[in-house]
Parts: sequence; C-alpha cells; structure tokens
Amino acid sequence: MSENVIYSINGPVVTVKNATAFSMMEMVFVGHKRLMGEVISIKKEATTIQVYESTTGLTSGEPVYPSGQPIQATLGPGILRNIFDGIERPLKTIAKESGAFITCGSDVSALDETTEWDVHICVKQGDHVCGGQIYATLPETDLIEHRLMVPPYVEGDVVSIKQDGKYRVHDEIVVLKLADGTLYPCTLCQKWPIKTARPIKERLPLHIPLITGQRIFDTLFPIAKGGTAAIPGGFGTGKTMTQHQLAKWCDADIIVYVGCGERGNEMTQVLEEFSELIDPKSQKPLTDRTVLIANTSNMPVAAREASIYTGLTLAEYYRDMGYHVALMADSTSRWAEALREISGRLEEMPAEEGFPAYLPSRISQFYERAGYMETLNGAKGSVTIIGAVSPQGADFSEPVTQNTKRFVRCFWALDKSLAYARHYFAINWNESYSEYVNDLTRWYHHHVDPRFLHERQQLMRLLAEETKLMEIVKLIGSDVLPDDQKLVIEISKVIRVGYLQQNAFHQDDTYVPLIKQLKMMDVILYLYEHAKRLISKGIPMRLIMETGIFDKVIKMKYDVSNQAIDQLDDYPAMIDDALASVQ
Amino acid sequence: MRLQYLGLSEINGPLIFLDDVDDAHYEEMVEIQLSSGEKRMGRIVQIEGKRVVVQVFEGTNGISLQNTRTLLQGRPMELSLSKELLGRVFNGAGKPIDGLGDIYADKRMDINGMPLNPVMRVYPRNYINTGISGIDALTTLIRGQKLPIFSGSGMPHNELAVQLVKQAKISDGDGKNFGIVFAAMGVKNDVADYFKRSFIEAGVMDHVVMFVNLSNDPIIERTLTPRCALSAAEYLAYEHDMHILVILTDITAYCEALREFSSSKGEIPGRKGYPGYLYSDLASLYERAGIIQGAKGSVTQIPILTMPNDDITHPIPDLTGYITEGQIVLDRNLNQMGIYPPIGVLPSLSRLMKDGIGEGYTRGDHSALSNQLFASYAKVQDARSLASVIGEDELSSIDKRYMEFGKQFETHFLNQGIQANREMEETLDLGWALLSLLPKEELDRVDDAVLDRYYDHEAARERFDTSMAGD
Repeated sequence: MSENVIYSINGPVVTVKNATAFSMMEMVFVGHKRLMGEVISIKKEATTIQVYESTTGLTSGEPVYPSGQPIQATLGPGILRNIFDGIERPLKTIAKESGAFITCGSDVSALDETTEWDVHICVKQGDHVCGGQIYATLPETDLIEHRLMVPPYVEGDVVSIKQDGKYRVHDEIVVLKLADGTLYPCTLCQKWPIKTARPIKERLPLHIPLITGQRIFDTLFPIAKGGTAAIPGGFGTGKTMTQHQLAKWCDADIIVYVGCGERGNEMTQVLEEFSELIDPKSQKPLTDRTVLIANTSNMPVAAREASIYTGLTLAEYYRDMGYHVALMADSTSRWAEALREISGRLEEMPAEEGFPAYLPSRISQFYERAGYMETLNGAKGSVTIIGAVSPQGADFSEPVTQNTKRFVRCFWALDKSLAYARHYFAINWNESYSEYVNDLTRWYHHHVDPRFLHERQQLMRLLAEETKLMEIVKLIGSDVLPDDQKLVIEISKVIRVGYLQQNAFHQDDTYVPLIKQLKMMDVILYLYEHAKRLISKGIPMRLIMETGIFDKVIKMKYDVSNQAIDQLDDYPAMIDDALASVQ
Repeated sequence: MRLQYLGLSEINGPLIFLDDVDDAHYEEMVEIQLSSGEKRMGRIVQIEGKRVVVQVFEGTNGISLQNTRTLLQGRPMELSLSKELLGRVFNGAGKPIDGLGDIYADKRMDINGMPLNPVMRVYPRNYINTGISGIDALTTLIRGQKLPIFSGSGMPHNELAVQLVKQAKISDGDGKNFGIVFAAMGVKNDVADYFKRSFIEAGVMDHVVMFVNLSNDPIIERTLTPRCALSAAEYLAYEHDMHILVILTDITAYCEALREFSSSKGEIPGRKGYPGYLYSDLASLYERAGIIQGAKGSVTQIPILTMPNDDITHPIPDLTGYITEGQIVLDRNLNQMGIYPPIGVLPSLSRLMKDGIGEGYTRGDHSALSNQLFASYAKVQDARSLASVIGEDELSSIDKRYMEFGKQFETHFLNQGIQANREMEETLDLGWALLSLLPKEELDRVDDAVLDRYYDHEAARERFDTSMAGD
C-alpha cells in the first residue's frame, strides 16, 4: 500500500501516481491527518481525488489510504433533530470536540453511539425476510416512529432475535441467515452509498398535493407529493424565506433541509426558529421532524457537492419507512458551481459559461430521485424536491436555470420588482407554472370543493387580463380606461395584495388552511361579480371605490383569524350593503 | 534544519517555479532572498511531485533564475496579533508601515481562518447606529452582519466609508468596546491619504486598525489584505470582546487581483475571465462575519465594491449579493442631483434587520415605518415613469402627491450631507413626518394604532412647506 502517495496538490484536488488500488467514486483518506476524499478519475498514470476538507499543509509524498467503499451515509435513529455537514458529520459533536471553528480531519461518527433507544422487535425467529422489511421499530422523536428495515438486496431467515428493550446504534438485535449460509447481523443502523438511489418496488402516479398553507402555492401553483419544483430568483428576492416558509408549514412528515453553499447566519436562523416553532398538527416542536444539512459557502467545496446527495439519501431512507419527505435544497446553483469549480481544477473542457458538459445529466439525476413510490415493504412514501436556483445576474437564461427547467414540473419564478415593492412571496404569476394541476384535480374535488380549481382559473384569468391592461396604463395612465377595465385593475389589486401577498410574520397569515383560501376566493369573486353588475348599470367605478369595500376585502386576511373562518361568510352581506349604498 | 534552495527553474508573472523540492507543504510560506540581500515573502500554491509553484507577494521584479535563495518556513501565512493593533497602519501583507515598529505578538493566527461551525454561531440581533438615515431606517446594519455597498466609479463611496467610520457606534455600553478595522485594497495614493487624514482629523484613529494596499502595490499582497484584516478583526472580537466593524474597499480591485493571479497560474477561467472559484473565495472572506457563542464580541463587515459600468449583474456584485446579507446600492441619478449619500432605496436591502429592530432595539414602530417607506417610494417610481410618458400635468391627483412625497423624501431624508450625524429617533420621526405628506388611506402597510400615534398631515405640510397638489 505504501506506494499510494500524494503526487500533486492543487486546491481541493490531489493526484496519486501509478496507483492501481483505487476504484471510481471510492472513499479514501488523504495524508497523515486522514482527510476524507473521493476518487473522481482514474488514468493509468494518475488517480485524481477530490478532498472534502482544506488541503492546507499537505505535502507531496504523504500516504493515501483506500477504504474499499464508495462514500456512504449512515442511516439509523438519531438523524432527526440533528445538523450535519455535507458528508454527514454531526456539527454539534464537532463543535464539542474542536470549538467554534471546524478543524480538519475530524473523525466523528454520524450517529450518537451512546444514546439508548427503546426498541420493539417486529420479527420472529424463523421468519423469512427480504430487503425493505421492517424488523424493529423505535420512537425516534415524539412525532416520528423510526422503522428499521432489512437493507435492500438482503434476504434470509431470522435465526436469532433479542428481547424488546434499550439498545445502542451498533448493538446487534436481529441475526439473519442468508441463502449462502452466512450470518448477517442487523444493528440499528445501515449504510448506503449517497450517489446511488435506494431501490423501490414501483413508482406511483402523483395525485396528492403537498399542502403548504401558502396561498400562491396551494391555489395557483400547487405541487404534488413526490413532485419537483424549482424556485429561481436573483439575490434579495426571497428564495430562502420561501424555502423556510415551506419547510415550516408544508404537510410532509419529514423535512430534510440542505443548506448548500449558503450563509452561515441563515443556518443558525433555521436552527433557532425551528426549535421555537410548533407544528400545527401535532403541537410538537418542528425540529422533531427536521434534519438539517449545513454546508455553508466557506466550508470545503467538494463537500458542498456531496451535501445534496447526502440529503437525498436521508430523505429516501425515511421514504422507505413509508413517510412523506420534503427535501429543500438551498441552493442548487451553489452545487452546480461546486461541480464547475472541481471540473475547472481537473482541467476538463468547459461547456456553456464554464459549467461542465455533464451538468444537465447531473441535474436530472438529482431531480429524478423524487417521486411517489411504493417501497420494498409495500408502504407508500414520497420524496418531494424543492430546489432553489440562484441565477447569475438574475438572468433566467443561464445554464443552471434552463437545465433545471427541463427536469422540474413546477416553476416558481421570483421577481425582483415584486421584491423591491416588498411584495412577498415575490412570485411572478405570469412566469410561474405548475404542471401538476391536472393530476391533482380529483384530489381538490374530493377533499376541498369542486369550485376550488374553477375559482383558481378565474383568478388566473383576471391577473392575466390585468397584465395586459397595465401595459396600456403604463403608456397613458389609468384615467382613460373604461370602468369595466378599471374594475379589473382594482379587483386584481385585491387579488395581488389581499390574496397573493402573504405575511410570514403575521400569526394568522403565516399559515392559511385550504378552506380559508377557498372562502377568500369566494369573497373576492363575489365582490367582482357584484361590482361588475353595478358598472353595467352605469354606476361609475369611482363611487364604488369610495365605499371602501375593496380595502375592507384586502384586509380580510388579517381581520378573519384561522379559528373563526366562518366570519368570511359575513362578507357577501357586507359587500351587498356597501354596494347598495351607491345604487 | 530547513534546506535553502538555490536558483529557480521558471518565472511567470508573480509566480516562481522550483524543481527538486522535498517536503513542501501546500500553502506553506517561503522566504526568497535576492543576491542584493533583499528578502521577499511567498506562498506555495501548487505542488506537483517535486515541482513547486510559489506566488511572490512583493512581485518578481529583479528576480532571476540564478540570483535567489529560497527558504521554506514550514508554516502557513500568519499574522502577529495583540491589542496594540489599534491605532496602527499596516501594509497589505500585515507589516507595519507607520514607522512605529513591529507588533509584539500576543498570538499568531493563520490568516486564512477556519470555517465557523454553524451550530456555534449566534443569530445576529442588535444593530449598529451609523447616523445615516438611509441606512439606519431602511437597511439597518446589524452586528455580525455582512452588508456590502455597491457603488460605481465617481460616486462618493469613499466619503461614505469615512462617514461610517466616524459615526458608527453601538447603543449599549459606553462605546469603549467598539473598534474598526479598515482594509483598503488597490486604492489610489491620494485616496489612501484622504482616509488616513480624515481618521486623524476626526480623532477616531485610536480605535481603528488600517491595512493599506495601494493600487500600484503588488497584486498578491492585495489578495492577502482582506484576510489579514479579518484575522485582526476576529482576534479583537473573540479574544478581546470588542464589537468590530470591518470596512473592505474595494472588493472589485481584490477580484481583479485574483483574476490576474489565476490567469498567470494557467487556470481555466469562468465568467468574464474570473476564476471558477470566485464564489468560494469571496465566501471565505464574507462568511468570517458573525458572532460566536461564548464570545462577547462580533465581527460586522461592510465590503465596498465599484460595479464595473454600474452593472449589478457583473460577476463581482452578483456573487457578492448571493453571499452577503443584503446590499446598499448607490444610485448615480441621485448622485447627479446632488443628493448625499445617494442611496438607491429600492434595490437596497438588509436581510437581518427584521430581527434586530423594533421594541428593545430601536423603536417599536421601526419595521412598520421602513415597510411603508419602501412601499410608498416604489409607488413614487411608478408615478415618475408615468410622468415621463404623459407629462406631470396629466397625472392623477394621488400620483402628484406621490411625486411630491418622492421629492421631499429625497431632499430631506436621504440627503443629509457628510457632516450630519442623526440619532435613530430623529431619523424615525423624520420618516413619519414625510409619510404624513401622503393621504392616510395610502399607508396600507401600517396598523391603525401606529398611524394614530405618528401620522400628522398638517404638521408635515407646515414643516416641509409644500402646497400639495390635490389637497
């Protein structure tokens, strides 16, 4: 082994000459400090390794140790409530060991090895089990039951089991005898290579929406459980705020939040806020269902590339237990830039804007790991991916945004001018789209109301009409428009300010149930229909505006609390009164 | 005993290449001695077998293949640190240039720093008072934040930087534990003089540390300047519990130095010729702002950059904006109208202000006020663009009120001059007075209770002496 020594060092890229011991994507340990690295190319004369930590202080001639395995994530209880770096090292443990700053070569295990879990064994001696089958369960947090599954592709008979009781992560609780006669001990954890998708039985059609409590998503651009969405936007348009809101309120069972090359203070904010927030359904802290992966922009670039895959693998693991998982990736552009940076160090031929030519295939591999699946044990679970995209210069024609657009079915375009006017969510309703509306029609019909999607269509139509009218207004002012068009502009303002704009800091407005969304739409459209009737009778728009009813409707999102949604039923009468006063 | 190497095998720009070097460490410091006896410092940037690439901080002028001896130092670039840093002036590589001799080192730190563990960060919550209304009210600077100023050539960012250094203070304590680290990268000689003179005249030099790299100084030193400055800031903040404001100017010059260095190293360029790792490199600077658990101090950064051709989508402002927590954008139109500081309100943003203002920090009405000012000023822009098409006379009466509000806002609120140092209260009250020029029902971002307390239309009209159209 001693001939595997470092030959050259350039940033995070290290080469080894004349080595034959390595295989592609193998995890290796570099140098005396045993820095973690991954083999990314093998040529006869040189093997190239990207190192996941800072290479300062390495010398040529230091040894490189092979591990014989690809980079793997450790999967087991203790993942939830935790915060990891890009290669699944728990940051809290690192902080305990090395203080406020992250030093190199920290070798800490991903899961806490001392905690004792309350395990319940679900198999009997003599049972025949195969990959995916649940052999034990334990309460991981107050919210989530952790189900221990036989690793995929493993099949055999249970030869011995332990009693129910308290066990640590590496304790053997079940022993299997495989077909070839070898014994296979099952502990509370297993490993899985992060760059390989975990196997499933079958992909199922997407037909359940991910309810977010955010009006612009649930009403205008819904996403299905198991779907994919991209949130592109220049800096300052609120990508991160949007991701935070979704992570807080969406009705997934588990949230995997990947902070990929983003700000340190933002991750701290997520940590602080999520531990204070209470899940509206279960009244437990949100952290009970959340795992954070934080690879901030100043942490090593190669680990940034890995962080996305680590997050996905954790998400798939919980999906296999039968949970609905939402993965937030903030931001996939930083991940693409990490690819570019490493590709540049390898002196590969660049394609568009310096990005490597394999960028689109990597992006598609990432988003294709989402889906609503029947898992190996017959349960149903999903992974929904919501990726933020930070286009260079807020220009949506750049390669990452364009390639992402090809592989996602929801596109929530953030708009600078809306953000400047402090209209949040700054999602541009003209540029955004969701391809899931048709798939979800049945669900909305059965679970909300058949008129929900119909009214959605009317809102969309009014907004589109307003966009057209605004072009005229920009040229000649709104005074010259006929009254019915003025009404479209005013009612669209109600939709924009009173409906689409949502205040994340307001206790009621931060999460709005679907039924309230429906009733709010009812009120707005009721106002529109009745005002239109007046105008057709020749009553001027100015008089209708003076009643103040439009402002009253705009404020209904604050005036009607989520506990008293029925108050919205009083609005039609209020509108009738107001309009009657000008007749 | 470390070996000395005689001679070089190649020289290219700021880089020298040595062959047959044993035991070289990546990013290790080297000392290069010329035959004249002159000593220069360098750093190993690439190792390939026994071939080593060294960047020379002071440049390669006068170096030939034969006349040098190279000594490996066995350690990365470090900076000597002690509390005596305050009041001193250093060059870009951290050597004193004020003639007061070397620093007696209390501690030596690797200037590259180490990534801060996110779980050890404290979320920034308290503000720094800059005395500038446009910043204090609308893009409040929070301790531990990184808030860049996007400027352009010919705009008064230097004056603004000086004003910030003179006026910045924290609200609690007696201001004793507040300090400023000022790093000038690639600035012109007379500008550097202006900074130094202004600080001395204002009598603030005793709590300022200066790192100065002039535009004709070696570019490699320029790539070290911000790292030295941030190491000094981290030391003062985390070891001496001081609240440190770091001002870095001009990041554009820094990035250009990085590009020059990268291309002489033969790297594959990314956008506009800047190296592919520009984002990671800038992040390694900006992310050094923050507060850590257990330390009383904080590091706050105001990087200043000049946008080439005023283009905010240029890679430097673009990548900066993605890392920093907001931005303050200077506006050339306002500048031409003689408004100082010419802060372009709409594109400016402070991401952290929502948690660092309001009751207990500034005043309870602050966030309502700033939201309303933003929203109303956005409408001013709509009215103006309409006016430029149909003429001001044709505007509706409400649009005319907005035009008037916009004018008064710019002349009274933004335009405060280089000497004025406004207290927070004064700034907030002025904001309300200006909003009171608008009809009450237009202020739709504010609770009625807050409006009742601060809205006073008559007083506002008298104060700004305007005959409002449409009244």
